[in-house]
Parts: sequence; structure tokens; C-alpha cells
Amino acid sequence: MTSARDLFLAEAAKRILINDGGFGTEIQRLGLGEADYAGSLGLARDQKGNNDILALTAPHVPEGIHRAYFEAGADIASVNTFSANRISQADYGAEHLVREINVASAAIARRVADEFAAGDGRPRFVAGSIGPTNKTLSLSPDVNDPGFREIDWDFLVEVYHEQASALIEGGSDFILVETVFDTLNCKAAIMAVRQLERELGRDVPLMLSMTLTDLSGRNLSGHTVEAFWYAVRHARPLTVGLNCSFGAAQLRPHVRSLSAIADTLIMVYPNAGLPNELGQYDELPAETAAMLREWAEQGLVNVLGGCCGSTPAHIAAIARAAAGLPPRVVPAPPAGTRLAGLEPFVMAA
Amino acid sequence: MNQHVASFVNIGERTNVTGSAAFKKLILAGDYARAVEVARQQVENGAQIIDVNMDEGLLDATLAMTTFLKLIAAEPDIARVPVMIDSSKWDVIEAGLKCVSGKPIVNSISMKEGEQAFLEHARKCMDYGAAVVVMAFDEKGQADTRARKVAICERAYALLTGIGFPAEDIIFDPNIFAVATGIEEHDRYGLDFIEAVAEIKARCPRVHCSGGLSNLSFSFRGNEPVRRAMHSVFLYHAIKAGLDMAIVNAGQLDVYDAIDPALRQACEDVILNRDPGATERLIALAESFRGTDARAEKEAEEWRGWDVARRLEHALVKGIDAHVVEDTEEARLAHARPIEVIEGPLMAGMNTVGDLFGAGKMFLPQVVKSARVMKKAVAHLIPFIEAAKEEGARAKGRIVMATVKGDVHDIGKNIVGVVLQCNGYEVIDLGVMVPWATIIETAHKEGADMIGLSGLITPSLDEMVTVAEEMERAGLTIPLLIGGATTSKVHTALRIDPKYSGPVVHVLDASRAVGVASRLLSDTQRDALVAETASEYEKIREAREGKAQSVLLTLEEARANFYDPNYADKPAPPLQPGLHVFSDWPLADLRNCIDWTPFFRAWELHGTYPAILDDAVVGETARSLKADADAMLDRIIAEGWLTARGVAGLWPCARDGDDVTIHLVEEERNVTLPFLRQQVRKSRERANMCLADFIDPAGDWIGGFAVGIHGIEPHCERFRAAKDDYSDILLKALADRFAEAFAERLHQHVRTTLWGYAPGEQLTNEALIREEYRGIRPAPGYPACPDHSLKPLLFELLGATANTGITLTESQAMLPTAAVSGFYFGHPESQYFGVARIGRDQLEDYAARRGVDLATAERWLRPNLD
Repeated sequence: MTSARDLFLAEAAKRILINDGGFGTEIQRLGLGEADYAGSLGLARDQKGNNDILALTAPHVPEGIHRAYFEAGADIASVNTFSANRISQADYGAEHLVREINVASAAIARRVADEFAAGDGRPRFVAGSIGPTNKTLSLSPDVNDPGFREIDWDFLVEVYHEQASALIEGGSDFILVETVFDTLNCKAAIMAVRQLERELGRDVPLMLSMTLTDLSGRNLSGHTVEAFWYAVRHARPLTVGLNCSFGAAQLRPHVRSLSAIADTLIMVYPNAGLPNELGQYDELPAETAAMLREWAEQGLVNVLGGCCGSTPAHIAAIARAAAGLPPRVVPAPPAGTRLAGLEPFVMAA
Repeated sequence: MNQHVASFVNIGERTNVTGSAAFKKLILAGDYARAVEVARQQVENGAQIIDVNMDEGLLDATLAMTTFLKLIAAEPDIARVPVMIDSSKWDVIEAGLKCVSGKPIVNSISMKEGEQAFLEHARKCMDYGAAVVVMAFDEKGQADTRARKVAICERAYALLTGIGFPAEDIIFDPNIFAVATGIEEHDRYGLDFIEAVAEIKARCPRVHCSGGLSNLSFSFRGNEPVRRAMHSVFLYHAIKAGLDMAIVNAGQLDVYDAIDPALRQACEDVILNRDPGATERLIALAESFRGTDARAEKEAEEWRGWDVARRLEHALVKGIDAHVVEDTEEARLAHARPIEVIEGPLMAGMNTVGDLFGAGKMFLPQVVKSARVMKKAVAHLIPFIEAAKEEGARAKGRIVMATVKGDVHDIGKNIVGVVLQCNGYEVIDLGVMVPWATIIETAHKEGADMIGLSGLITPSLDEMVTVAEEMERAGLTIPLLIGGATTSKVHTALRIDPKYSGPVVHVLDASRAVGVASRLLSDTQRDALVAETASEYEKIREAREGKAQSVLLTLEEARANFYDPNYADKPAPPLQPGLHVFSDWPLADLRNCIDWTPFFRAWELHGTYPAILDDAVVGETARSLKADADAMLDRIIAEGWLTARGVAGLWPCARDGDDVTIHLVEEERNVTLPFLRQQVRKSRERANMCLADFIDPAGDWIGGFAVGIHGIEPHCERFRAAKDDYSDILLKALADRFAEAFAERLHQHVRTTLWGYAPGEQLTNEALIREEYRGIRPAPGYPACPDHSLKPLLFELLGATANTGITLTESQAMLPTAAVSGFYFGHPESQYFGVARIGRDQLEDYAARRGVDLATAERWLRPNLD
């Protein structure tokens, strides 16, 4: 049987693949109440806003969203598990349910993906989403004590390992480490997946996606996109790219720099523009799609999708815009030692 | 090439407790704040990677390593470079790997404890994403001979690549041992290392080699001149053999060519093991160099025996800052109040400097050096003065200086500031891009005696008018001084002076600033100067009004008299159309293209290079300035202070009236560049030119470029922190030269290679400076193309900000300031000209073509309007 990695690479060689769109903003639109979220789990704390727990309490919600995105033309479903880790779930008193949530949520995505693949013979993929947690390994939350850290490496590796292992168990093809605001957190996730691979005795492909926090093109831990790529290249990820951040317009120069140096597939899924004063995204599907089409035309990308604020209509527009355009050709950079601080440093071989 | 690509890498070694006693002391004392400063200094001084080592018996090395790494992670100026986690204990290394983001280097792993441990460590490095230094060490011990070094490294290479370790992430350290120890077996150690490096790199593709240098000269401890020479000679040969990096204190190296030839020869004989007597000879020779550092200092410092006032004067006049703090301290102890030191010997010394400068016996570069000494002395005294709650010495006057909003150029302003300070004025320097509100507020708050404005680009002229208007509205009456390259007496008289009822004086250059300031602040001379200037400006205005202005043609007439080149001569299409990005053009190459004449002009030394070096009056100063510039260039290049980033683009286009329409074929759109046409009536035969005339309406090519020199800020900050205005200004002036040299070099590359219409062009640097080539590169904001606001169009075409990191201010000044941009015209008849004055008809036409409203166009073209 062809591995998911090979199947994905084969598809990506043929066309620009489509990731799905925003999940949180889609759930928000349904206007669910506390009872919908809490279900019959009997948890001590309020669950409203705990999107990930819907896999257990209202599985039809994530299922419906996956379905809508596949109908819009997506090739990939990202599992609704962005915050399904022990650190984030502790805020809802649900940290003991982390394994269950991830297994169940991945299984839902898997079922819908397989259903669509069986329907038209086109492969569909499931990417188990791992968010950054709300803690950072690189920064001190205390301005007076820059050496202080709220968590340490070993703990975060365990947190990620628990989630990744459950996502794979539930049927994910890949682990998508997304919205990376701290490069060291991402390196810990890579370490966790490495351990998982050794335990399972098989390849667990990674997709890595950085988020930029300022227009100069750095994430919160201060890394430029080039430095980020050199810091994570050892993961030999299936895709590397950018998500969330700002809208497509502001993201373009950084997509370009990354696209020029990364010897792997590029996946970018920006927000639907920047939120307005009311926190709503009002970039129209056609607008987002037109900008993403430009990237495709310039050969910058292999996988496109949407993040916050994007809807099935956005994904449908993006899928139409990218249809028929050739995927980016993965470059073969010259040999060299690629190191990084916050900025890249290269020694020619 | 889209980032920094290094050739030889300097690894900072001062954050290593085994290499730096000072750092060890700080760590043992738990003084991490100062330890972090050591790291910062190293990066500022050009370390491209910093080595961190905490292997000290008295330390919890794991705790010290993780604490320090977390602290430097919080410092963006330090964390921007990769870290080398250095320990002989794997546990310490792994603890470090858990704190370092980015991609670090592990230093080191080896086969000392066998293959299993070696590969386990290597696998972990792969999991953490780190490159590794592999010591040439196996179960039997450290490799000493060439054969053992090569054999161990080859074995390690096979093992590592066997588990999938990327070859490019392997750095071998084949062990540098002490030579000239008197033990015969050690004689080949230097040569063995050098030869092993060459062989390892040949046999193990893609690896790098590194070494720790200090062992080499171990037998000459205490004899620094010899140690430095040995290190430099060794590196010289090892780098040629393929050594890629070394852990070395850059301060402990000499310039290879500058080493005493006899000593260099002796070191070379020892390191290359040329004959059995080499060690004996070096040992014999070494004695004569022992203490030469000290002796040379002693001879040069006879003046150190003089009394303290004379010593301070000497230091000020000669610009020597080595002893100024101790001398100032001595003077302070000898005076009742610290302020008397400033008012007494220091001011006396500065008066001598001022007199010599006024008499033309000292020149600007020397004065700026004197100011550096003065600032250090005053900085030493200030805490004492404040402790005694004494009123500071009353300066002769307090001047608020600023480069106006939208402009970022400050070399001239800084020079004027320094000269004024040398002459006893207090200067409050607000820096660059200063809005008028800040200038006026500061003048109020500080009770300023006058305001000095500076600017380099033409939009700054308007901003100065605004400042004058706002000063008037704020009810100020203090004098306003105007200076900077585009300012002029005429502009000051016509545009600025009428807006402000207080005195307005245009100051031609720094050497006039003191005279103007002292007269304006003198009770007896002020009124005379003010009246004199006012009447002079009035005359200029009258002359201007009465003057029969050159006659303007109508735009239609001017267009009919366009320049008609022979389009058959236009260059062939480019060999390589499109965008070309250069992210790190070698500075050593640009150095050869520097046009030095403007450099000397920036320092107010007038004359043509190289003749200026032998000038009877300023020659000596020019030579000394050139020597300082060369020394700084050496460091800039060797330590990689600056990065030259540029982009050039070549696009198909066609002339369409006075517009050039560029076809961006891939993007399926056109970009229109509107140009301006000369409208002043010409004598017979001469055309009313417009840049568009050089483009064939039937289809042609045009180019654009932007180049910038990045990286001066940390160095300038360092210089300013050390009160070293001289180096600060020197570096800025050199960065400007690099930018111009880059523009020249890139243009040449375009002519010979990218566009390729002059493939065989062979011009000397002098010929390049004289522009003896085909084609021009006019810049927006300059006479042929005076509209600065074309820069955003040019930048957009070039993706200049993304590709070169250059940004534009609201007045279209480029940041970094050492930057040049412009268009390429390739037609052999294309030439520079000045658009000069234009009429309302062209202004209106241009606004429409440019797609801006009339007021906006008027603002950008004001210098070209009536």
C-alpha cells in the first residue's frame, strides 16, 4: 500500500492541493450554547468556547464542517484539535479527556475524508492539528526576569507526544504543527513526533506552519521565515509554510522568501484579511482567491487554504482559482551548512 | 544568494569560561547581567556565531548553561546569531539544546567513548536539529599526526552519513596542538593540522573544518606579539587549506601583511616545519619581541611625563583618548571643584583646538577626534558634578539641532554638532526624522538659544519652511540656522526667511557654524549679523523679482523640440531580463570601486583624490583620514559589519509621449513612468530633453536598480556609546561610499552581463568615476528626474523593499541612508541633464499623467516651479 506521504507527494506533483478553511470562526457562526458544548460529560467548568470538545459532545458539528469543506473542493481536512492539548484543556478542566478528544476528532475527519474519496476516487487527507498551546519555551512572561520560563522542554514534549499519538491513533495521515509563534515550541513538537515514530516503528509525516506576528516577517519568538526553516528543516516535513498571521496581501513577500529556499512543499493558508473593528473578517471569497491565485501563478505554492475568517465559500473560490495552475517546483538549494539564530546564517559547502 | 553567506567564520570565544578569565569571574559571581553584555559586545564586534562554554569545576555547568542561554534568548541583538553549545559533557549540551531555538552547533562529540555513544549523541543532535563539531578523537585518544586525524575523521564521516546525518552539518576539529615546544615530535603539529584539513575536506564532501587557535602558541605565553603573529600566520595558511572557522579572539590577530617580516618568516618556518632549526630561530627572535608592545608605547608616550594640564591639552589636540580618563581624574583631584577641570584645562585645550581649526592648521577629522577625547573627559566628570549638585558649566549657548521630518541624513548635522560642542556650545541633538512639534517643544523646554535644521533631500526644504512657519506661530524669536546639502542661501532667502520674523541664517558648512553661532549669541555682534543677513536676503529677493527669468516654452513647444536620438543604435534586448537580487555583494569587491573624492568632501577637505593626499595644506590630514578609513574598511570587511543588498531589473517598454510604459509581461500589466521635460528656451540646436526621449516608441528596454548598505546601526550605537563621534561619522561616510560604489559596480554588471550591451567593456575605476561608459542611471530626486515620488513606483517594480530591505520615508528618503536607486537607460546617446524650471502647463499635465492631484504634484515639484 502506498504510504500517505507518497500519495500526497504524487498528488502534489500533479496540481495545487487545497487545504480546508477556518474552523473556529465556522463554529462561532453556529452560535452554540453552553449545553451544546458541555453535553453530558458533567465537567465542573463551563465548556462554552471549548471548540475541541465538540468531538465528544456534538460530533455532528465538526463533521458538518469537514463535509462542507470537502464539498467546497478541499483535499485536506485539518482535525478540530488545535487546542486539544493538556495545557489548553486545563483551562476547561478537561485535561483528562485529551486523548479521547483527539482520537474521536481524528476519527470523524477520517470517516468523512474516506467517504468523499470513495465517492469520486480522489484521495483526501487528514492532518491532525497541533496548536502552539498558550505557553512559550522561548519567552519569559515576567518582564523583570527574562530568564524565567513557565514550562520546560521535557514537559512540552510530553504534552505534544500525548496529543500526536492520539491523533495518529484516530486515523490522521499527518501531524500538522500550525500557528507556530515560538520556534522552540515547534522544535519540541518535532521531538515528540520523532519519539512517536520510533515507538510506532513507522514514518509520521509532519506539516509545519509558522505564523507571523509583525509585518517585518518574524514570529513571536523573533525568527525570520528563513531562520524558522533552517531551525526545523531536520524534521524533513512534508510541507512547510505560513498560516493565520495577517491577510494574503501582507503575507506575500514572506511566502516568496520561504518558497525560494525551502526544499519541500509549501503550504500557505492565510486569514481572510485582517479583522475589522468588530473583530469580523470581511474579505470576500473572490478577493482572497484572487490574491492566492497570483501566488499560484508565480509558482510560489503547492498547497493553499484558509485560516481564521475563511469559509467554505472562500475555499471553493480558492479551489477554482488554483485549478489548472501548475504547482510550485521544489527547488534544490546548493549544499551548505544552514544555521540560525533569530536570523539565518549560511556557510557554503 | 538571498542571505548572509559566509566564507571564513569568526566564532566569538569571550563567552567561554575556559577561554576568558573575565567571563569566568562574572559567571562565578552570578553576575549574569554583565555576562550577557559580554555576549552582546562579541556580536557587535562581528562574531558570527557565539561559543558558550560553562565547563568549570566550581560551577553547576548545566544550570549556568541553561540560565545564560535563556537570558541571551531574550536579547534580540544577541540571539540573532547562532549559538555554539560548547561542553565536554553531553548532559550540559543536551540541557542547552532544550533552551536554544534556531539551529545551533554542538561542540563537541567524538568517538572517545566508542561508536555507540558517538552515534547516540549524533542521533540526538539530528532530533534537536543541530550541526555538530566532531573532535578528531577516538578510543585510543586525540589524533596528533596527519594520518590519524584523517583516518579518524573519515571513520566518523562514514558512521555519521551511515545513520543519515547530513554531511553539511558536520564540522571536524582535527586538533590544533602547541608547536615550538622544543620536543621534536611536536614540530610537525602545525603542518599536520593544515595538511589534514585539506585532505579531510577532499575525502569527506560537504564537511567543514574548525579549530581552537590558542593552543598553538602555548610555548610563548606572556609574549603577545609573537603569539599574535603565530596565530595570524597559521590562519593564513590553514584558511588556504580549507579551514572554515576558528574559535579565536579577533583582537589577538595581526594583519598578515603588517607582521614584522623577520618574525613572520620565523613563524612560517615553524608552522610549516620548513627545517629542523626553525624552532630555535623563533625562540631566539621571540626574545627581541618580548615586551615590544610595552616599549613602543613607552617611546611614544614621553608626553606622559608632562604635567596634567599639558597632558590634557596634548591629548585633545592629538585626539588621543587612551589616558584621558585617568588624566581627568588626576586633574579633578587637583582642583577644588570638578567643574573647574572643564572650565580650566579642558576648555583651554579645546580653545587651542578651536584656534588651530580656525587658523586652518587643524582639519575636521582631527577636530572630531578631539571632540571624542573631550566627551570622554566630560563624561568622567559629570557624576562628580552632579553629586556635588553644582550647576553645570554655563555653555556659551544651547542649540537644538535636528534633521527634519522625512529625512534621515545626519553626517553633516553631526559634524556641525561636534564642531559646536568643541567650541563650548551645548548641543541638544534630536536626531533624524524630527517632526516640527518636537523641535519647537524642545527649544521651549530647554530654553534653547537657537535652532539648527539640517536636511539632504529636496523635500526637506519644504519641511524647513514648515518648521519656520510653526516657529513663527509659536512666538519664538531665537535664531534659526539652516544647513545641509540641498539648502542654499537663495532658498533660505526666498522661502524660509519670509516665514519667520526671528533671524534666519543659512550656514554653508561646519567651519562657518561656530562663527555664526558666536556672533548670534554675542551681545555686541548679534544685531550687526542679523541686519547684515537680513539685508543680504532682501537683496537676493529683489534680484530674483527683478531678474528677467529665463523664458519658458509652452509644453507643446518644448515637446516639439524633443531630443531625437537615432533609435537604430538602441541596445539589443537584455541577455537576462527580469529581476536580479544580490543579497550580499562582497564588500571587498566594492572597495575597489570607491570614489574617494566625495568622501574627503564630506569631511570638508576639498580636492580631488588621489592628488589631495599630497596637497600642501590638507595632505597630511587627508592621509591620516584615509589611513583611518582604510583601517576601518579592513575591519568592516573582515568582520562582516555591513551587508550590501541590491536588486536590478530590466523590463521591455516603449516611449509614449513623455511617459515610458513598462510591460510586465508575466503579470499582464503595464506600469507608466511619467518623466519631466526641460521647458527653458534653449539656444539653437539644443533640444528640450526628457528622459523618455531616450526610449524608442516602437519598443525598447529600460532598467531600474536599488542598492543599500545595511548594518551600520549597532556599530554607530557602539561608537556613540563610547563617545566616539569620529568613528560614527567615519562609518556613515564609508557606508555612503559603499552604496555609491555598489551602484557603480552593479551598473557595470548590468552593462556587461545582465543587459549585456557592452560585454567587452574594460574600464578602470577612474574611468568609471568619469562615467566613460555607455548609458546612464538617473535617480528620482536628481536633476534629470526631479520627482522623488517616482521612488515608490521604482521600488514596486523592483520589489525593492522585500529584495533589499530598503524602505522609504514619507519624504521618499531611503533607509538605510547609504542607499542609491535609479533607472537604467542604455541608449548610447542618453545623457544627464537638469529639468530645471517648468511651467504650470507641464505641472498640470504631469499631475494628470502621474495620477495625483495638483497640490500633491506641486509639493513634489516645488523646487522646479517658480
